[in-house]
Amino acid sequence: MSAVLSGKASHSAVTESASVRRLLIAGALLFLLLFLLLPLMSVFFEALRNGIGTYVEALTEPDAIAAIKLTLFAAGIAVPLNLVFGVAAAWAVAKFEFRGKTLLTTLIDLPFSVSPVVSGLIYVLMFGASGWAAGLIADTNIQIIFALPGIVLATIFVTFPFVARELIPLMQEQGTDDEQAALSLGANGWQTFWHVTLPNVRWGLLYGVLLCNARAMGEFGAVSVVSGHIRGETNTMPLHVEILYNEYNFAAAFAMASVLASLALLTLGLKSLLETRHGEALSQSHKH
Amino acid sequence: MPLSSRSALPGFHLALGYTLVYLSLIVLIPLAGVFFKAAELSLAEIWAILSSERVLGALKLSFGTALIAAALNAVFGTLVAWVLVRYDFPGKRLFDAMIDLPFALPTAVAGISLTALYAGNGWIGQWLEPLGIKIAFTPVGIIIALLFIGLPFVVRTVEPVLRDTEKELEEASASLGANRWQTIRLVLFPSLLPSLLTGFALAFARGVGEYGSVIFIAGNLPYVSEIAPLLIVIRLEEFDYAGATVVAAAMLVIAFVMLLVINGLQAWSNRHKVRNQSLALPVQGGKP
Repeated sequence: MSAVLSGKASHSAVTESASVRRLLIAGALLFLLLFLLLPLMSVFFEALRNGIGTYVEALTEPDAIAAIKLTLFAAGIAVPLNLVFGVAAAWAVAKFEFRGKTLLTTLIDLPFSVSPVVSGLIYVLMFGASGWAAGLIADTNIQIIFALPGIVLATIFVTFPFVARELIPLMQEQGTDDEQAALSLGANGWQTFWHVTLPNVRWGLLYGVLLCNARAMGEFGAVSVVSGHIRGETNTMPLHVEILYNEYNFAAAFAMASVLASLALLTLGLKSLLETRHGEALSQSHKH
Repeated sequence: MPLSSRSALPGFHLALGYTLVYLSLIVLIPLAGVFFKAAELSLAEIWAILSSERVLGALKLSFGTALIAAALNAVFGTLVAWVLVRYDFPGKRLFDAMIDLPFALPTAVAGISLTALYAGNGWIGQWLEPLGIKIAFTPVGIIIALLFIGLPFVVRTVEPVLRDTEKELEEASASLGANRWQTIRLVLFPSLLPSLLTGFALAFARGVGEYGSVIFIAGNLPYVSEIAPLLIVIRLEEFDYAGATVVAAAMLVIAFVMLLVINGLQAWSNRHKVRNQSLALPVQGGKP
């Protein structure tokens, strides 16, 4: 907007001519159309290609339902655990000074730099048949790899930084004045945390949880390595998509994919809503 | 300086302790396991695995395609960020929200929809096939998938810097007689460069390890279109844990180096921002 205003006020040396502007907008939109919108549209198109009957059938068959349940279950464990971790890490990093803080924040972000396949592999090397930590569970009946615990572990790993990296900058911006005031008025530590800190960061927390959940439900590579692909047992929704696709059952694969795509759209919608409605309560980088 | 707290807030030891234990159990110890496992091999064995033609081919392919895709994203991502920040057009808010689609959409879904689009009978592929251009099931397909995956990294790092760039600097440049192209090249581009390189490095780092979106479109021919993460999965399925571990360790080392580079770039970018703002402050008299 300011470009338009100042462009009118001064001469054309501070903005582009109308034709260049139109060309740049057209170029950018064409790129986004080819690389973002068409792939998204094709998911729904392919899913409904054989009619709504096939679509509903693909989503209600027992293996599909088992995959949906497993995905919800894994995300239901991973997200709350990373939420608690994110709050603890942000409290330590944002409210206190200590040596090695920069290193700690770098290490928290580490899972984002690791290839999803390697994120799964590390747990196979630990708890697989000849894993170096397999002795820890040898006496119990617990199976980790090719079973639910492995899927949960891999999901926790890939979604590890989401809540922490949203809360740390936000809590740093907010400082400690509110907490100091609460303490000086006689509140104890937990009361200060529950009634002062948590309300201050609630929208940022929700933002982090939203992104964490989207990744938890959509993770493919890491979960694929630890899952073993046992139909109806260790297949999450993205793995179910892969199996159906490799069996050339495209309509069913895209039907399940369309559910995941809808989830992604819902996530983006809520994210935009948070940014516009509560932008001032999010960390600096998300303010619009 | 000993471990110390800046503020009189409680809970430092509890929060930091929990953070360190959780971080160690979920991330650090399992990751270290890769190097323990690799250390069981002799240097000659490690070298034999790494220098085998198939491993070298996969690593080269992962790096080459990630590099090309990140470079293309640097160009198109900057174009998209520029158009979104500087111009007004219908549907701008929707397009802005859509930029994050690759973050939210599960990689497997992206993979099958891109394959459907670019295969010989797909919406886009059917126009290219008569021209003799094959995209799906070739290394070009890998680049397409990585373009999709990497786009938001560039847009979201360049966008805020572009938005914060002082219009006054461009006006000053114009009033001193620079034409628009000179202003863009000599004033705007240098201030964008750190964030542009950061976005490029982030997209590249993500591309090297990417798995889900690539394996569907790549064709996965050994020596031709087989990416490094897929080779890890294949080695695991063959129960060749040593082979999988060595490739994984190589990718982890590269990821750590990239992380250091990105941290350095971000520090440079932040210094740049502060300098730009302090330059602009006396003129503008404070930012809103």
